[in-house]
Amino acid sequence: MVRKVINGNMAAAVGAKVCEVEVISAYPITPQTLIVEYIADFVANGEMPKTQYIKVESEHSVMACCISASNTGARTFTATSSHGLLLMHEMLQWASGARLPIVLVNVNRANGPPWSVWADHSDSYMQRDTGWMMIFCENNQEILDTTIQAFKVAEQPDIKLPVMLSEDAFYLSHTYEPVDIPDIELVRKYLPPYNPDPSTILNLDNPQGFGSLVMPPSYMEFRYKMAEAMDKARERLRQADKDFQNVFGRSYGGLLDCYKCEDADVVLMGAGTTASTAREVVDEMRAEGKKVGLARIRVFRPFPFEEVRALAKNVKAIGVFERGCGFGWGGPFFNEVMASLYNTDVRIPIKNFFLGIGGRDVRPKHIRAIYNNMFEVMKNGLDQEIKWFGLLDGKTPEEEL
Amino acid sequence: MPKHQDMPITPISNVSSERVKTGDWKTFKPVLDEKKCIKCYICWKFCPDVAIKADEGELPKFDLDHCKGCGVCAHECPKKAIEMVLEE
Repeated sequence: MVRKVINGNMAAAVGAKVCEVEVISAYPITPQTLIVEYIADFVANGEMPKTQYIKVESEHSVMACCISASNTGARTFTATSSHGLLLMHEMLQWASGARLPIVLVNVNRANGPPWSVWADHSDSYMQRDTGWMMIFCENNQEILDTTIQAFKVAEQPDIKLPVMLSEDAFYLSHTYEPVDIPDIELVRKYLPPYNPDPSTILNLDNPQGFGSLVMPPSYMEFRYKMAEAMDKARERLRQADKDFQNVFGRSYGGLLDCYKCEDADVVLMGAGTTASTAREVVDEMRAEGKKVGLARIRVFRPFPFEEVRALAKNVKAIGVFERGCGFGWGGPFFNEVMASLYNTDVRIPIKNFFLGIGGRDVRPKHIRAIYNNMFEVMKNGLDQEIKWFGLLDGKTPEEEL
Repeated sequence: MPKHQDMPITPISNVSSERVKTGDWKTFKPVLDEKKCIKCYICWKFCPDVAIKADEGELPKFDLDHCKGCGVCAHECPKKAIEMVLEE
């Protein structure tokens, strides 16, 4: 094992390297570009001797290329951001429908217009129903480690669904942190080579048609099998995180990463680097005797409804923050948390906070104001359900809430 | 019909599309004027459905089982040797 100070994009590139990915196709886009460049360097320097690196002319072609590669039984990886991911959207459905265990790192970036290259989860949100597993990372070590976990789960014969893991633009992609880089031998111990059933992959001596036309009497069954695999993946993702702990000595809380939630009255939920800021605030407020906790949504698809139900039984109010947009009725995290609880006896106030949209800084003072506001909500009930927090109006966070 | 439990996770076809006749919905079919054809095989190159066979030195042959009648061959032919004729 080597410890290096690297940025999030290097963590993703090293993740692909230690997983001994066989085919990488990618197209550069800010803020993902460094991933493509680092991997190109690894391949050119002979550090990834088993890897074929394929350059194409767009993200749509990237995913088409990854699909073909994965269909030959090769371990396949790519990375993109924002508009690149949106351009891939059509092919994302093909990857999941064809049941190909591709791993994609999405560097979360806002969608235009207005044009922006900064952190925002909206690009990931829009892929919710593509049939990809979706994991949001909080730090650079988690990006590297989750790449390994992602292949581990995706390649299981009864899962065979692709994984999209997300890292916040600039807060992780270009920020340097110390990261343990595991030895390839240790990764091999955890992640065996990908050996799919030969009858399910492209064989030039026995050509087959993939993703063929089916008629209405059988289409629904194939979609049901995807839903079934996605539900099964919940336990596999939990297990993969536990097994990872046993081999590498690190884990990330499974699907819902709970911090000081055991006796908490108010819990904040949300994803990405905002969770790191919230962790600091939890420590500060705990020192002041306030019962606050944080439940980081690590896995968004499959959604951890069981964890949310178990958590909500013991808390008195939940605030859900989203660094991404939802138009019409709340954000996707808020909607999923609410939906998870409707068929239970839990009836606690839940409030949605949109914040940090388009890479605006979310500071401890903002998180603290939200916790304080949620204590008010706990006592007096909801003043409003959906709050766009931090709009330019000359108020301090405390004045605003 | 098979039960869904017995179905694979994604459809993989062992039947080549050559064996499935997909040309039966065309309205117009290409007809070659053998006297005008200079065997340049531009029609073969442009056919979007690989439905023209071109052997060196031979006249091009239309695979009407797979031709959709788009007329690209007739449009591209430099000698106007292909006519699109209503298929009865």
